[in-house]
Amino acid sequence: MTIHDIYLVSPELAMAGVAILVLFVDIALPRRNVVFLVAFLGLLVPFLMCVFLWGDTLVLDRSALFNTVTVDKFALFFKFLILGVVGVLILGSADYVERFSRTRGEFYTLILFSSIGMMFLASARELVSIYISLELTALPLVALAAFIRDERSSEAGFKFLILSGVSSAFLLYGMVLVYGFTGSTHLEQIALVVTEAGLSSGTYAMFAGIGLMVVGFGFKISMVPFQMWVPDVYEGAPTPVTAYLAVASKAAGFAVIIRVFHIAFQDVGIDWGTLFAVLSGLSMTVGNLLAISQTNVKRLLGYSTVAHAGYLLMGVAAMTSQVPSSSMDALGPSSVLFYLVGYAATNLAVFFALIAMIAKTGSEQINDLKGMVWRAPVLCAILTIGMVSLIGIPPTVGFMGKLYLFNAAISNELVWLALVGVINVVISSYYYLRLVTVMYRPSELIEKGAPCSMPVRLALGITVLGVVGIGIIPGPILDISEITIKAMVVAL
Amino acid sequence: MLTAVVFTPLAGALIILALLHDPRVVRRFAIAVILVDLAIAIAIFCIFDPSDPGLQLEERINWIPALKVQYFLAVDGLNAPFVLLTGILGMCAALASGSINVRVREYFVWLLVLQTALVGVFLALDFVLFFVFWELQLIPMYFLISIWGSGRKEYSAMKFLAFTILGSAFMLVGFLAIYLSTGIFDMVALRNVDLDTLVIPAKVIFFLLAIGFIVKLPSWPFHSWLPDAHTDAPTGVSVILAGVLIKMGGYGLIRVCVSIFPGITQDYSWLIVALGVISIIYGALVTLRQSDLKRLIAFSSISHMGLVLLGIASIGAVSDHLTSTGLTGAAMQMFTHGTITGLLFILVGVVYEKAHTRYIPDLGGLAHSMPFVCVTFVIAGLASLGLPGLSGFVSEILVFLGAFSAWPWPTAIAVFGIVLAAGYILWMIQRVFFGPVSSKHVQVKDIGVLEAIPVAVLVATIVVVGIYPTFLTDVFSVGVDPIIENVRDIAR
Repeated sequence: MTIHDIYLVSPELAMAGVAILVLFVDIALPRRNVVFLVAFLGLLVPFLMCVFLWGDTLVLDRSALFNTVTVDKFALFFKFLILGVVGVLILGSADYVERFSRTRGEFYTLILFSSIGMMFLASARELVSIYISLELTALPLVALAAFIRDERSSEAGFKFLILSGVSSAFLLYGMVLVYGFTGSTHLEQIALVVTEAGLSSGTYAMFAGIGLMVVGFGFKISMVPFQMWVPDVYEGAPTPVTAYLAVASKAAGFAVIIRVFHIAFQDVGIDWGTLFAVLSGLSMTVGNLLAISQTNVKRLLGYSTVAHAGYLLMGVAAMTSQVPSSSMDALGPSSVLFYLVGYAATNLAVFFALIAMIAKTGSEQINDLKGMVWRAPVLCAILTIGMVSLIGIPPTVGFMGKLYLFNAAISNELVWLALVGVINVVISSYYYLRLVTVMYRPSELIEKGAPCSMPVRLALGITVLGVVGIGIIPGPILDISEITIKAMVVAL
Repeated sequence: MLTAVVFTPLAGALIILALLHDPRVVRRFAIAVILVDLAIAIAIFCIFDPSDPGLQLEERINWIPALKVQYFLAVDGLNAPFVLLTGILGMCAALASGSINVRVREYFVWLLVLQTALVGVFLALDFVLFFVFWELQLIPMYFLISIWGSGRKEYSAMKFLAFTILGSAFMLVGFLAIYLSTGIFDMVALRNVDLDTLVIPAKVIFFLLAIGFIVKLPSWPFHSWLPDAHTDAPTGVSVILAGVLIKMGGYGLIRVCVSIFPGITQDYSWLIVALGVISIIYGALVTLRQSDLKRLIAFSSISHMGLVLLGIASIGAVSDHLTSTGLTGAAMQMFTHGTITGLLFILVGVVYEKAHTRYIPDLGGLAHSMPFVCVTFVIAGLASLGLPGLSGFVSEILVFLGAFSAWPWPTAIAVFGIVLAAGYILWMIQRVFFGPVSSKHVQVKDIGVLEAIPVAVLVATIVVVGIYPTFLTDVFSVGVDPIIENVRDIAR
């Protein structure tokens, strides 16, 4: 491990340092706010390292650790996104973690460790590293899902453990087949072999390998038909963890899908664009239809994230462009990146508002949100904005994201998929708005309950600003996501 | 200036949210804001030079450079009168909201946001901006109906939302499809673009867009949301809904479908004429059977909006007979119907408020106790059935004159709708205001001073337009002439 390597993976190393520090501080100084502050301010170190790496034009060789990871703009984009999500999450869960009086440090540490896995996942350019990063991401999440230690939470943890194990097995088997055919685990090498060998031999084994990898990744991004763990785990896990699963975990999953399919399997000769298009349509439709009948808020949001995985897959499907120009190539993946930013801001706002509301009602049933507008008008306004953005109505970021995604789909001649998408927008508006309408129904309960603490207000403020701000001025983020993808295309 | 007329209500809404709490102050402030907005709208209409066929008061800023989306507002002959109409009816709606006494603050905030969206739709000449405003009116409208409405308000609000979102979702795909082939979202520049090279056939795009507008108009068979939404909305909102919101559909048809796809509109004008005639006759027949005052007026709107379609279909004439009369008539019909129906809804609101019922058989002889309401109601009713000297006559005669040269038989059938209109209007007036006085309603008071203002303004508009229509028709024909020129060019 040279200095060069250390510099390039410094964000992850710093993150690990913060995670361990939090653990020690928790033991040494068991005061309420210290752990929180260390965890939050500690994030500044990896953040600054990412800023340096983004701006650094001197380091030409951007691959580290024996060429297994690369720190290109694409990876850094996701690192920023994940760091942002973790930062806001730590702020937003400040009230919630009060109930873990003795295990608060562990809660933060596990989240931080999991995010290291995600950050590596965004960088990984080699199959074994991808696998290890995925495991590093998933295992802390298992513990986190079971963190409340009651029946539902334990079930959630156990279910997540088993199903993520099964999906990893699929993924690994797929990787083995691909390795057996191409003789390499490096994505560029695989692409090279595929291009040279054409489709002469071992094609079916290769296809099976790719198919199994799609299954493995499909579990991680909660795509239909591999979504059955979602509602149970989302319902049982502590709500901040649910938010983390819904946002960061999905973002990292899409990072790795885009990298693997964009680099390794671009010329593989099967039309995986159509495959993803079909999966995308299925995810949207099934997710939205199942969400309609839900009565539990967290289950509803679980199915909503399945639907959103479908929207995002639209951008992945648009990656295999039939139009032979590089600017079109960039449109699909860059729309995924943009959508992920908006999705993260929106979902975090929604989850934080719900955490605060659930703290007031003590129930996760949708009907118990009745009369919430009198008890917490600001939270209601935030949740309304969040729901409007999830539907995709302007002037929120959800609209801009969908506009960009549908645009990518249509420009790649996936008009039918865009039509399925818009019909799904209509379906989804029903259950999102039902949630809002319930809050405006009259109810006898009027006590206001404890107000949110300062960090939670800050987190809500940041996320709502993101939802509306990027919705009105999407230019900068659009530019960054395009630059990011173009840099990756050029690097090939 | 155009930015000011669009965003003044929104700024007012934000000030109310941030600073004002007392319902009485909120009400006065909101009315003041709307009056300022009306003043700007009148100023714009006066500044508008009806001899210049081009765009005036243009405002263009690059909004999202990555997608070539512009912030592009301008007035021409087509939209200048609608800005005026929106200003007038916005004022009427605010003044007619005197009976709102729950959650006054939120009501006026939503009403002001709605006003911004409506003015924005008429002024925006960039597809994305247009769509943003188009969708922005959904959310305020949904809440205004579902919270402050009556009867099955939540059902009606959801029905309204589902129909509109479905329509606008198709519209979005249409916009994107145009963008993809031409690379512009600019509605004016698109008039001169050759649309034969589109990815999707221009016909398909035309229908995608037309469905969005026709649902909004609404024409048979997409009309079923309208009676529910109108009936269950509070008075002020019904005024906006019938007076302005459904005009967006007709305006969109002329602005987008006719002016960008003149050839296709001409090819399919038989379909438009069919929908128009069915709407006129079907709407009128159903209206005859209504026993709820508000529902009756709502159904008559469907009939009157059929006239707009008939006027648009007049461009199906062979090019020797092609004049701008029909299209001008369609635009005029929207303006006059807006003022007449707005007035009718205000008066019905007054009747309901004083007599506590809208069920026609329970009413009777109200002329004795509410003479002012009775007189104005009769004026509005006569205008609605097209009595010469009042505004309804002008627009109807223009539509029939324009349509007759292209479609003699369908027009002849449509004229029969006027006979039916005379039937249902006069019969309704007779049952409600004359005849034996119902014992319950002897003590009913006449209209209050505050509500008399909008009534007086609207009556004045109806009479002035009826006697001196040129000040409007000149403006409309300036906007319509270039479109007709375009149609002629295509026909050659």
